[in-house]
Amino acid sequence: MSHTTRTGEIHVPILARVEGEGALDIRIAAGRIEALKLRIFEPPRLFEKLLEGRSTQDVIDSVARICGICPVAYQMSAVAAIESILGVTPSPWVEAMRRVMYCGEWLQSHSLHIHLLAAPDFLGYDSAPAMAKDHPDEVRRGLRLQGLGNEIIRTFGGRSVHPVGLCPGGFFHAPDAATMQRLREQLAKGLEEARELIAWTAGLPIPEDDQDFVSVSLRHPRDYPITAGRIVSDQGLDIDPADFEQRFREFQVPHSTALHAQLDGHPYLVGPLARLNNNLDRLPADLRQLLDDCGVAFPSRNMFHSIVARAVEIHVALAEALRLTEDYEPAAEPRVEVPTRAGVGFGCTEAPRGILWHRYALDDEARVVEAQIVPPTSQNQARMEEDLVTSLTRFGLERDDDALRLHGEMVIRNYDPCISCATHFLDFHVVRK
Amino acid sequence: MTTGTRRARIAVHKFSSCDGCQLAFLNLGEPLLTLAETVDILHFAEAGPIDEEAEVDIAFVEGSVATSQDAARLRGIRERSRYLVTIGACATAGGIQALRNLHDADEWVSGVYAQPEHIDLLADSTPIAETVKVDLELWGCPVSGEQVLGATKAMLAGHLPRVDHSAVCMECKRQQAVCVMVSQGRPCMGPVTSTGCGAICPRWQRDCYACYGPAVQANVSALATHLADTGMPADEVARRLLFINGHAEPFRAEGLDWQARVITRQGSEEEQG
Repeated sequence: MSHTTRTGEIHVPILARVEGEGALDIRIAAGRIEALKLRIFEPPRLFEKLLEGRSTQDVIDSVARICGICPVAYQMSAVAAIESILGVTPSPWVEAMRRVMYCGEWLQSHSLHIHLLAAPDFLGYDSAPAMAKDHPDEVRRGLRLQGLGNEIIRTFGGRSVHPVGLCPGGFFHAPDAATMQRLREQLAKGLEEARELIAWTAGLPIPEDDQDFVSVSLRHPRDYPITAGRIVSDQGLDIDPADFEQRFREFQVPHSTALHAQLDGHPYLVGPLARLNNNLDRLPADLRQLLDDCGVAFPSRNMFHSIVARAVEIHVALAEALRLTEDYEPAAEPRVEVPTRAGVGFGCTEAPRGILWHRYALDDEARVVEAQIVPPTSQNQARMEEDLVTSLTRFGLERDDDALRLHGEMVIRNYDPCISCATHFLDFHVVRK
Repeated sequence: MTTGTRRARIAVHKFSSCDGCQLAFLNLGEPLLTLAETVDILHFAEAGPIDEEAEVDIAFVEGSVATSQDAARLRGIRERSRYLVTIGACATAGGIQALRNLHDADEWVSGVYAQPEHIDLLADSTPIAETVKVDLELWGCPVSGEQVLGATKAMLAGHLPRVDHSAVCMECKRQQAVCVMVSQGRPCMGPVTSTGCGAICPRWQRDCYACYGPAVQANVSALATHLADTGMPADEVARRLLFINGHAEPFRAEGLDWQARVITRQGSEEEQG
């Protein structure tokens, strides 16, 4: 194996610390990457078909089951699409509390990713429990923030995985004032910890790896985008979610059970870094200052800064949850009655991993005729492959298989791929000779 | 588990699923760190350790058997594990994806994928126990963290825990939740559904949708007849039964029975027309 003209194959059959099953295959010939495939072999579960004939409530309860880590995102995109078809406008209370619940999922998912999946990479551990032996305070802070996110979801949905609170028109149940007061006390403590977390992630030994990519996210006229907005990019895209299919195309590649997606024929990025890059001006002033002080410049072209972006969004989520519950009172009627009627509608919200687009066609009884769901991990697949080729080449293809495998896994983890979302994802193994 | 000379070894394996039941571990918080200090976690890809071939005392299995590779992998896991525990609806009952068992799976695949020949998927999604012996089944979509942690502690102490499969109604009474069926006329599945969730749905003023599977001695037929008598169309009764645990008996048989009534009725209507 010469230093400049290496030839060989690397297979990573099970990727650790990603959600779902996938693998990475790399073929190197004459010192350059000849082929790179991020294989997603998570068995498809055919949700779009099993939704057919189902009622709108069944849709909300079903789509949660696409992903145990971001069930709220699935429910929120679905309910937005359903309500647009049924011509229902939820009350301001419902809109605010849905945003709070969604903040809970960002908090839970981002904390889990930072501490249990990503940070061990930067500090040289193979798992969070191993990292906890040397960094007990940081890991425990992370678990507390994750637990706090789960507590917000539980407050509105009874449980944090596959919550049961959401319905067309609102919520089944409004939390009482005393419950909310107890939650707010915890959120205030969490906000302090989030400030420390941002500084900690910004201080991690993060590789330098600037690349060109297109950041795609939602954009809201006033707020940091979570539950609603137009789909924008940093290259001038600005469309209504209803026009998604005019610019974005989904297609199948033989090595993946998750469909790939392209914007105008090219890969693009969705997720925390894309969101932050596109919405810096939507951060509250104090957080913007905190970010300026931490020494990482945004917008960033370095995917490894995703961990910092997640920490920033943890702060956003906590601050938003506190702001929106400041004068909390339970709604007398947490939902409005919904009619049944036919139509086609779209829902697009910002799942922790990026924009999650749903389209439904309903019949006269508001039963599903057709469903289409485009999860963030599918959208990121092409970008991940493009990133891996660039990053691994820069990293040095002459390095040994283990080093390449570890670096490849680290790159992939930046995207927090959710393979169960995308059907299910990555299995990363190196074949050692 | 009293192994005497060494720490207990556990593994968490994944098949076709949403990963939500593995979160029962990852969402534990402090007890997760305690568990990691008490036992050796040899395989748990989402948490880090990967050694699928490891011999273990307890293997937790999430997900259903869904591809041509799954049965062989599962048999290997069974051979190398002292106890095999299924966690969640997918592993114990085939999961929501088992709804495809009632349809033409090939047609469904073609409906989602342009090149279905690249997709490895069995016609049926099946529970783990249809392929190998299972020592303990933990139901629920998702399982709860307390349930999984409690079962783990019991097994580490050397015995299999007893799982309560009485109806959700019992839990509602214990929690003093107002019955949504009696007070609001909601089509609650609580009378035929196993407890374990904490009766969340009725406490949230909605009807149970049976995510913890059938209760012991559930009279599903009587509930289905009651739903029909109170105005629910037969196709809706069928969908109610054939949902997250639709592959589990007696939900499956009763659901298919109600589905057949729809087809028969439609057929006779056509004859009349």
